[in-house]
Amino acid sequence: MEIIRQTVDPQVTGGDQSPDDFRIRQLRARDMLRGDLPDSELEQYVQERVITTTVDRATAWAQSNSLFPLTFGLACCAIEMMSIVGGRLDIARFGFEAFRASPRQADLLILSGRISIKMAPIIRRIYDQMLDPKWTIAMGACSSSMGVFNNYAVVPADKFLPVAVHVPGCPPRPEALMHGILQLRDQIEGKAPAGSRERYHAQGTEEVIGSDPGVVDAVNVFGAGDVTNA
Amino acid sequence: MPDADGLEMLAQRIRDLRADAVIEVTHNHGQAMIEVAPDANREALVVLSEQGYSFLSSLHGVDYYPDEPRLGVHYQLLDMDRVDRVGVKLRVTLDDPAVASVVDLFPTADHHEREVYDMFGVVFEGHPDLRRILMPEDYQGHPQRRDFPTGGEPVIFTYNEPQTPGWTQ
Ligand code: SF4
Repeated sequence: MEIIRQTVDPQVTGGDQSPDDFRIRQLRARDMLRGDLPDSELEQYVQERVITTTVDRATAWAQSNSLFPLTFGLACCAIEMMSIVGGRLDIARFGFEAFRASPRQADLLILSGRISIKMAPIIRRIYDQMLDPKWTIAMGACSSSMGVFNNYAVVPADKFLPVAVHVPGCPPRPEALMHGILQLRDQIEGKAPAGSRERYHAQGTEEVIGSDPGVVDAVNVFGAGDVTNA
Repeated sequence: MPDADGLEMLAQRIRDLRADAVIEVTHNHGQAMIEVAPDANREALVVLSEQGYSFLSSLHGVDYYPDEPRLGVHYQLLDMDRVDRVGVKLRVTLDDPAVASVVDLFPTADHHEREVYDMFGVVFEGHPDLRRILMPEDYQGHPQRRDFPTGGEPVIFTYNEPQTPGWTQ
């Protein structure tokens, strides 16, 4: 959605907007309010002054530019999350600075760290307490893929929550988290994702997935009772 | 750290109380350590705390896999006047992992013993509230035992995607 503000102040714009033009506009506005404008001019008048959009897009625009994150940190990533509200990055520029202390008032859950299996039900409960519409960002390697803690105690966030955006890194730089939030904003507004390939004109560089199923994988999962590598 | 003579004297005081209590005295990695019989830990700690080592700074579990007996419990004692430390350890088998609790002597042992129970499955008899402390209460097994599978999940990268068809569902 685009908002074009037209200024009618002749002092500011100068040039072709003489005081006479201003007077003419005023008179046309008066005619319009009285209903005296002929159809053709009314059409032009409306086109100059009114933006049309759908209610969905208008609400999406409002929602996406005022996400309230929940005040909620899980591990080391939370330190990076805190710094996005500071003066250096200042997420308030985009309207996301109001960290709410209650899930009832928040609509963005940033999973900033590793989630242990004991914490997972609590996080699910917090998520359920948030009011719709709500979104989740999985920040860091731990909450996306368990990262360096790929063991018995940690679960990835996708197992029990719908996650809108994954921010990779260990920890991700605050700029990366901010980029993630802006991606989420675009998602909410329904814009097509501007991925890094489009950004850097790198189409055609996709990794080709090997068709050989015998490729050795580096998965560090031991079968139960297998202690040779434990 | 008490020197060899000092450590032997401490061990002798424990032996005075119970002749078969001390199994071994060692100096290892800058640590004075007295290994006691599994049912003599309370006597040993009482004797040592009377000698000034009155602060239990840590209590932790060990799994000596594949040696037997597999499970161990270590007590680290600190003399706060002389800033001197001595360790006490004992070993129990997997089949009978029962050790007397020392919570009534050292209240700090409360959470430590719960952690050793949680992670290694050592049962502390006489503990007022022996529950899991870190893992969920319905968790099966004791994850710090060395024959416990590390667990975790395969992470999907593009190179191993073909091995897990249908993971997106
Ligand atoms: S991804 Fe790295 S920085 Fe973030 S919680 Fe995990 S270990 Fe910590």
